Amino acid sequence: MGVEGIGARVTRKEDKRFLTGKGRYTDDMTVPGMKYACFVRSPYGHAKISNIDATAAKAMPGVIDVLDGKQLQADGIGNLICGWMIHSKDGTPMKMGAWHPLAVDTVRYVGDAVAIVVADSSGEARDAAEAVVIDYEQLPVVTEAVAALASGAPQIHPEAPGNLIFDWQIGEPEAVDKAIAAAAHVTEIEILNNRLSPNPMEPRATLGIYDAAEDHYTCYTTSQNPHVARLVMSAFYNVAPENKLRVIAPDVGGGFGSKIYIYPEEIICLWASKKTGVPVKWTSDRTEAFLTDAHGRDHVSKVKMAFDANNRITALKVDTIANLGAYMSLFSSAVPTYLYATLLSGQYAIPAIHANVRTVYTNTVPVDAYRGAGRPEATYLLERTMETAARELGVSPAELRRTNFIRTFPYQTPVIMNYDAGDYEASLNAAMQAADWNGFAARRTQSEAKGKKRGIGMSCYIEACGIAPSAAVGSLGAGVGLWESAEVRVNAVGTIEVLTGSHSHGQGHETTFAQLVAGRLGVPIESINIVHGDTDKVQMGMGTYGSRSGAVGMSAIVKALDKVEAKAKKIAAHLMEASEEDIVIENGELKVAGTDKSVPWFQVALASYTAHNLPSGMEPGLKETAFYDPSNFTFPAGCYIAEVEIDPDTGETDIVQFVAADDFGNIINPMIVEGQVHGGIAQGIGQALLENVQYDENGQLLTASYMDYAMPRADNLPSFKLSHQNTPCPSNPLGIKGCGEAGAIGSPPALINAITDAIGHNKLTMPATPMKVWQALQTAH
Amino acid sequence: MTKVTLTVNGRAMSGECEDRTLLVHFIREKLGLTGTHVGCDTTQCGACVVHMDGHSVKSCSILAVQASGSTITTIEGLAGQGELHPVQAAFKEHHGLQCGFCTPGMVMTAVDLINREGGTLTEETVRAGLEGNICRCTGYHNIVKAILAADAEMAGGRQAAE
Repeated sequence: MGVEGIGARVTRKEDKRFLTGKGRYTDDMTVPGMKYACFVRSPYGHAKISNIDATAAKAMPGVIDVLDGKQLQADGIGNLICGWMIHSKDGTPMKMGAWHPLAVDTVRYVGDAVAIVVADSSGEARDAAEAVVIDYEQLPVVTEAVAALASGAPQIHPEAPGNLIFDWQIGEPEAVDKAIAAAAHVTEIEILNNRLSPNPMEPRATLGIYDAAEDHYTCYTTSQNPHVARLVMSAFYNVAPENKLRVIAPDVGGGFGSKIYIYPEEIICLWASKKTGVPVKWTSDRTEAFLTDAHGRDHVSKVKMAFDANNRITALKVDTIANLGAYMSLFSSAVPTYLYATLLSGQYAIPAIHANVRTVYTNTVPVDAYRGAGRPEATYLLERTMETAARELGVSPAELRRTNFIRTFPYQTPVIMNYDAGDYEASLNAAMQAADWNGFAARRTQSEAKGKKRGIGMSCYIEACGIAPSAAVGSLGAGVGLWESAEVRVNAVGTIEVLTGSHSHGQGHETTFAQLVAGRLGVPIESINIVHGDTDKVQMGMGTYGSRSGAVGMSAIVKALDKVEAKAKKIAAHLMEASEEDIVIENGELKVAGTDKSVPWFQVALASYTAHNLPSGMEPGLKETAFYDPSNFTFPAGCYIAEVEIDPDTGETDIVQFVAADDFGNIINPMIVEGQVHGGIAQGIGQALLENVQYDENGQLLTASYMDYAMPRADNLPSFKLSHQNTPCPSNPLGIKGCGEAGAIGSPPALINAITDAIGHNKLTMPATPMKVWQALQTAH
Repeated sequence: MTKVTLTVNGRAMSGECEDRTLLVHFIREKLGLTGTHVGCDTTQCGACVVHMDGHSVKSCSILAVQASGSTITTIEGLAGQGELHPVQAAFKEHHGLQCGFCTPGMVMTAVDLINREGGTLTEETVRAGLEGNICRCTGYHNIVKAILAADAEMAGGRQAAE
């Protein structure tokens, strides 16, 4: 490890442009002749469209055109799809209702797009959007999943009778029922996982540019995976063939999952650019983001956990209903199934598991992956259940976890996953020590003396990252492969460009990826550029989500570097008349081991391009590509501890300390990894204490601004105490597990366990607002 | 349309805009300074903070015509070309930014906070001072660290100058 290589706390290469206002986000893009779009959206949760009259709107100042869904459909633009096929337990495929980019005859949630106005200025587009007259016939509305399954509930899609999308199961129901019947103790609990809005600070935006002379489209967009966007828009939505469609995701201001999906607006702006003959830009405002960005979570579950007389878990039975909103978003079906139920073994040896999951249409924003995606739901369910069981069994929460930890690897769970490495007790011990768990009783006494309630809670999480290998996810229904690609281009002067299919929207790839190359070749980090986010520059790639860019994206770079190094060594050996096997690369030089002979890196690069003196038969140039498909998921794990003090008069929770002990495998840049954990914890604390998407009975979104949806702010949060207990991942060449989602996965149960410990009352749902905590205190024993 | 004249980052600038144009849109669209961002519609997120006549202001909460005649500093004008203000440098050093979208507003707020309360800042007062700025990436941990470090460095600079 060098000062700039793997393991070093290198400050970020990308920071200067962001710090000086030179970042280039989609809304910063302007092109000659560009016009502005505003969408006309449904004000109703569920309604028939009987007429659209744009006559007055078209006559407004600055208006270029108003376009609707019938025109879009007539031009052959396809419906939006969900790209992960799930079959119900009776063998029938999931029941996907039609999602028209612009609604044609029915709107199904408040915010459903109905028409697009294109005008000279954004203000004029907005004025004209208000002048589009749409006649609606209102239909009955249902927003909650359990209610949507009830008989007599409003029918949302004709394709899905009773609003049931699929009724899926995993595991062994008979074995589980048998174990529960024979158990010494069964803990039963109902778990609600609240609905969240991802809220990256940059609202979504897109700029569609149609070039009639070339019959070519360019799409600037706020995407985590521009190649997937191009593929889907080309193959399924018939926007244009891939060679006629360039997708550019420039600087992107956070994603957290919400910018994985291809939304109607990208498709419509490209189509509208062709229809109107002008480039069309749309930028979401924040209320529009709440109304249309895919939401996360929203599960209701019933849990039974069975124990033998030695407090060993013998079985887990889970029945979950997941709200998928009004339409099936791109990966929505995978989230409450293979990203959720496959993690229900947690860190524990559980001989028998059965999970049944029903997914449901409602008149709400589509629900899809949000930071953690399924894994926070699994962890919250499991860790709330473990805590409850410990209280019922009269054992300490740490003891119950220790009794049930998986201790030998690889470990095959009953729900598909094969854990490759981990040391759960190490994280538990580190977290308890950092939190001074043993000193808690004294601290509680001090709090009581002040009239405060103090509580402590832990959560031991596991997640599956990388979301690969491709053959495995394909067999589970994924419509795409989940490998990653990289190209390493060494220039003639020895500087290097790395083109990656991963996409950075805050993760710092321009630094960490360069660290990998700098460490391998011993060249300065300034001589390395990371190129991403443009389908015209970078070969096909799969993008960034599921904490996969380190484990999968960087592994692809390793594979390309292997090839570059091999060729460079051949050239160096030829130049120095040495044997290829004797060449080592150190400090920017290729040396003959055990001698003082060496050639500098740049000279080898130059030799490859002058091609004056290459080994016989060798192609000129020094540029290699690799596609890497991992052999397994990765399994980051850890233990989080929250300690809270509650004011019983107000119900307000003060987080007095928050400890995270994580196993991420090998770490490239500790500074960046810590930053990822901080941000994840903040989002998890947001879920536990503050954030909640709320609809009224008419399907109106009550939490559609920052005045109504409580985002975590600086004064809601403490500083965090972090540590790492890393066991290298055996499933990829760098030993990386991934760190992007852990914080959001591990923190909510730790907090709720701490609060319920403080108030002596276990029935508490997220977010634990002061009102809910105060109310719980009134009924606590 | 009304003519708006401003001194922005030390240069006189003017442009025509509708009366309803917010200062942030004037700065972004008429002046082409896209470092100032829009993250919400309700003056909550602080991504648009600039300095107007030496004080921080959410440029989404003021009309461009109201600001006419004033002196504005945006993130682009905080330090000299190619240089970093001590607060910008501290954000880099302490990893106080990830996606960068809230960063310009955070930095402009932090500079104003240090201008007002420099030398006396604590973790608690920094967190309170950031109440009007939302970051979704960092959990604020490193932003708070960066501001405290910048405050200490700038206080050192002030002492040395005295």
